[in-house]
Amino acid sequence: MNKTPRFSKLQIIYTLVILAWIISPVFLDNYQTDVLNTVGLYAILALSLNVILGYGGMFHMGHAAFYAIGAYTTAILSVQFGMPTLWTMPLAGVLAGLFALVVARPIIHLRGDYLLIVTIGMVEIVRIAIINDAVGSVAKWVNSIFIAAGIQNWALCKKIATATTGGPNGIFGVAPPSIFGFEINGIVNTTHYFFLISAFLAVTIFLFYLLERSRYGRALRYLCSDEIAAEGSGVNTSGYKLSAFVIGAVWAGMTGTLFAGKITFISPSSFTFAESVTLFMIVILGGSGYIPGVILGAFLVVGLPEVFQEFQKYRMLVFGIVLVIMMVLKPQGIMPPKPPRYPIHKIDEKEVTL
Amino acid sequence: MEQFFQQLTNGLAIGGIYALIALGYTLVYGVLKLINFAHGDLFTIGAFLGLSLLTAFSLTDKLGFALGVGLLLLMIVCLVGIVGILLDQAAYKPLRTSPRLSAVVSALGMSIVFSNAIMLVFGPNPQVYPHGILPSQVLTIFGLPFPVKRLLLLSASVVLMVALYAFIQKTTIGAAIRAAAIDQDAARLMGINVNLVIMLIFFIGPALGGAAGVMVGLYYGQIKWTMGWLYGLKAFTAAIMGGIGNIPGAMVGGLLLGVIESLGAAYISMAWKDAITFAVLILILIVRPTGLLGERVAEKI
Repeated sequence: MNKTPRFSKLQIIYTLVILAWIISPVFLDNYQTDVLNTVGLYAILALSLNVILGYGGMFHMGHAAFYAIGAYTTAILSVQFGMPTLWTMPLAGVLAGLFALVVARPIIHLRGDYLLIVTIGMVEIVRIAIINDAVGSVAKWVNSIFIAAGIQNWALCKKIATATTGGPNGIFGVAPPSIFGFEINGIVNTTHYFFLISAFLAVTIFLFYLLERSRYGRALRYLCSDEIAAEGSGVNTSGYKLSAFVIGAVWAGMTGTLFAGKITFISPSSFTFAESVTLFMIVILGGSGYIPGVILGAFLVVGLPEVFQEFQKYRMLVFGIVLVIMMVLKPQGIMPPKPPRYPIHKIDEKEVTL
Repeated sequence: MEQFFQQLTNGLAIGGIYALIALGYTLVYGVLKLINFAHGDLFTIGAFLGLSLLTAFSLTDKLGFALGVGLLLLMIVCLVGIVGILLDQAAYKPLRTSPRLSAVVSALGMSIVFSNAIMLVFGPNPQVYPHGILPSQVLTIFGLPFPVKRLLLLSASVVLMVALYAFIQKTTIGAAIRAAAIDQDAARLMGINVNLVIMLIFFIGPALGGAAGVMVGLYYGQIKWTMGWLYGLKAFTAAIMGGIGNIPGAMVGGLLLGVIESLGAAYISMAWKDAITFAVLILILIVRPTGLLGERVAEKI
């Protein structure tokens, strides 16, 4: 008798990987756990980019812009307004999402490589705006309104009037996040932070898995593979593209909170174009549109170089070469999404609804 | 008035550089419909090779200014052109029939490879061109100052552009390039060796970019391994502005962008200079994606 095993091979592998991930801090020192934290952060970011690039097929290379907006929202609210760090997370997401909505609306219809260039321009503009303290300029302008309204002495108005991105120096002293009074310091005890990031990563994987399987995810991937056919079958292509953009941006903004809380100091140099390229590479190399592939990509692109510390100098060079070779030999990435299977013998007769 | 004029000539000088680099983007895009992201780094390679050759052979000391710089430009044109051909053979040729994204990512990969190779060879710190190679006199015409440096830079780029335009429009090989740009298959049926045309494109474009690199080095005196990216992006903006794939468009776009940038830096804000350029790029892509001189294309952008 051929008995089907209770668990498939893939399920066993995933369970082992998850277990290894959870117990790994026990065997690692503070620094090594910090590397895992970075890998986790990049994995979350890459998963949010994956919604745009992998499912939606939009060449978006400005993801660091959303990430930066989220991180700066948290830093400003935490340092200058004294808000608890984790509380700023929804606001960071909302602001990044709003920014994406405003920016993406006019450019969403651009063809692939043009969109790429525009998003590169966008991330540069955001970085220049941070360096030139655009927030400070807006704050001054808002303050002049307060003076006109005669409310400049209210405590909140005073705080708003002095909000700033700190220019090229960045913002120091973001409070470490705390849960129910338990402070999670990402520098002193990286293991605590590891579990915070892992929890967020788990939520991310779960939600994006649901998204991938939903009607929404199917429509998105349909329009990715053939936009004209999708539009012909009644998919609102620009609406779906725009919403994918916003979902990715909201998630990247929320990850920005985790990043700011982790290193407690942010500056424009953390959000350069190279950051966007790294995220892009994670998704493309790992396997765009496939969650395990993207996570594997984060390990390879962010984690692996830490193992070869002495080759740090050659890191980017090797990446470039790998990128070219991958595109020539296996353009769909190391772990591309498998086409969905509908095994007929597993479906009960009653279930068939076709 | 005088400040305006200063900014105008400055903008035209730097615009000539953008135009030269933009031509490389436009030529490649015209034939292959590929954005050659590594082009900006070819420009950097030109600047660094130029510096090494200049100091290794002390060209301008031995041969005088005109001959020395002329020989230097000639050498750089040949060398960077060959690098361009190698780039195409290694990274783009295997991807001719693949989807667009693959070629774009491969181009990005090559861009990373080039810029990091330059950093590893020449070091991460900025390098300085020998001082005082370009004449520093200022001519006064109609009571307005013309620094000779800027005139030289502008005329050099204009000469190169006119030569390229004449080559493309008047010669048989130029006609073959134009034919390949319109329809590769039809061109092949007419007996044009399209592969050779692509090789030629990948020689001319990087050669012009490399020459622009040397000119930037001579004009500004300082070069850095990361500069290719910003110059490349701005030149790409120029190419889009004029209408990508359109050779006169790239020239006009380059000069226009240079002027917009220097006037913007002078009258709006110096710190926001680069942001102004990118804002112009985004605006043009939204409002008129075919560029100022671009023809209407049937394909929806």
